[in-house]
Amino acid sequence: MESFISLWGAFPSDIQYLVWTLLKIVAIIAPVMLVVAYYTYAERKVISYIQVRIGPNRVGPKGWLQPIADAVKLMFKEIIIPTNANKLLFIIAPVITLGPALAAWAVFPFDEKLVLADINAGLLYILALTSVGVYGVIIAGWASNSKYALLGAMRSAAQIVAYEIAMGFALVGVLVAAGSLNLGEIIKAQEGGLFAWFWLPLLPLFGVYVISGVAETNRAPFDVAEGESEIVAGFHVEYSGMLFAVFFLAEYANMILIAALTAVMFLGGWLSPFQGWPVLGPLFARHLSPLPL
Amino acid sequence: MTLEKLIFYVLAAVVLLSATMVVTRRNPVHSALFLILTFVACSGIWLLAEAEFLAIVLVLVYVGAVMVLFVFVLMMLDIDIAVLRAGFIKLLPLGIVLAIAMAAELILIVGPGNFGLEQYAVPARHAADYSNTEELGSVLYTVYMYPFEIAAVILLVAIIAAIGLTMRKRPGAKYLDPAGQVAVKSGDRIRVVSMDAEKG
Repeated sequence: MESFISLWGAFPSDIQYLVWTLLKIVAIIAPVMLVVAYYTYAERKVISYIQVRIGPNRVGPKGWLQPIADAVKLMFKEIIIPTNANKLLFIIAPVITLGPALAAWAVFPFDEKLVLADINAGLLYILALTSVGVYGVIIAGWASNSKYALLGAMRSAAQIVAYEIAMGFALVGVLVAAGSLNLGEIIKAQEGGLFAWFWLPLLPLFGVYVISGVAETNRAPFDVAEGESEIVAGFHVEYSGMLFAVFFLAEYANMILIAALTAVMFLGGWLSPFQGWPVLGPLFARHLSPLPL
Repeated sequence: MTLEKLIFYVLAAVVLLSATMVVTRRNPVHSALFLILTFVACSGIWLLAEAEFLAIVLVLVYVGAVMVLFVFVLMMLDIDIAVLRAGFIKLLPLGIVLAIAMAAELILIVGPGNFGLEQYAVPARHAADYSNTEELGSVLYTVYMYPFEIAAVILLVAIIAAIGLTMRKRPGAKYLDPAGQVAVKSGDRIRVVSMDAEKG
C-alpha cells in the first residue's frame, strides 16, 4: 500500500486528475447500468403478474440473473447490417442515443458536495444533452435503409421534439423559482420540508413535466413510437445483437435520468422531507457530514 | 503547448473540416449531419472562451431543435443529385467570381486590420464563480431592455402567424368522435332477432 501511494504520487497531477475523474465516472455509470438491468427485470416481472403469468424465473434464484443472461446473449449475437445501409451511421446511431443519456449524469448532484461537475449552467447542460439524443433515433431510422425504420424514426423523433418544448418550459418555472441554473442551488432553494419542495408551489408545472417526461421516453400511454401492426418495432427494427442492446440501455437510462431529474427539480433532491418538523425533523436530519467527491 | 491550446486546435480543425464537408458532400443528409458536427465543435470553442451560456444554447437551439427539423425535411425529400449538378460547369465562372468577392469582403472585415492582438488585448481569465448566464441576463434586462422586448414581441407575432397559417380545417378529413363512441348503446350496433330453428 505504501509503495502504491508513492507510485501514485509520482504521476504528474494532470494524469492523476484524469484517472481520478475516470474512476468517478465509472462510479456513476456502473450503478446506472445495473439499475437499467434490474428495471427490465422488474418490468417483466410486474407485467407478468398483471397478466397472471410468472415471468422470468429460470436463470438464478427467482430469475434474478435473467438480465445478465440477456446481456450475455445479446453480446454474442450477430450484428446484421442491412444491404445499402450507411454502415458508419448505422453503427454510430446507438452510441449517439446512449452518450447524452449517460453524459447528463455529470452534473447530477447526489449530495451536497457529491457531484462530478458542479457547473453554473447545469440545468441548461442537461436540456442541451437530452435534446441531442434524438439524433440517434433519426440517424438510426435513416441509416437502416428501410421504410419501416424511417417511418418509426419519424414518429419517435416528432414526439420527442414536441414534448421537449413542454418539458423545457416546465423547467423555466423551476429556474425562476430557484433563481439559479445550478442543480445543487435548485435543491437548496427547496429547503423547508415536504411542502416547501417545488412540487407544491409549481404543481401545474410538475404535472406538465411528469406527463412530458413519460412522453419523452416513449412509455405507455405515449408509446406510439412502437406499433407492431403498422411499423413493427419502430426505428430499431433493423438492429440486432449489441447494437440493439445499446438502444435498449439508452431508453432505460433516459427513463432513470428523467425520474432522477424530477426528484431534483420538484421533489427536493437529497433534502429530508421532514425538515423543520417537530419530532420527525431531528430524527431524519443529516448525521454524517457530506461526502466530498 | 498547454492542454487548453491542444483542445482549441482540435476543435478548430473539426470545425473547419466539417464545414468544408457541409458544402462538398453530395448527399444532403450527410451535409446536414456535418453541419451539426460544426455546431457542436463551435460550442466547444465557445466553452473555452468562457461563454458557457451561449455554447449550451447553441447546442440546445441549433443542434437540438433547428437541425432536427432540417434533417426531418431532408430525409423525406427525394433529391435527384444529377439534376442539381447539371448546370455546374455553365455556372462555374459566375460562382468563382462570387466566391472571390465574398472571400475578399470577409478578409477585409475579419482580417488583421480589424482583429488580432493589436486591436484586442488577451482577455483576462474570469474567477471561478463568474457566471456567464448572470452577466448576459443583467445586460439583456437593463441596457438592452427595449431591443430585447421588441425582439420577443416580433417572435410572438411570428409564432401566432405560423399557428394561424397551419391551423385550418381540412375538408374531407376523417375524425373519430370519442363522445359518440362512448355514448353508443348495444342497441345501436346489433339487432337481436328471434327466429325459429330451421329444419335441416
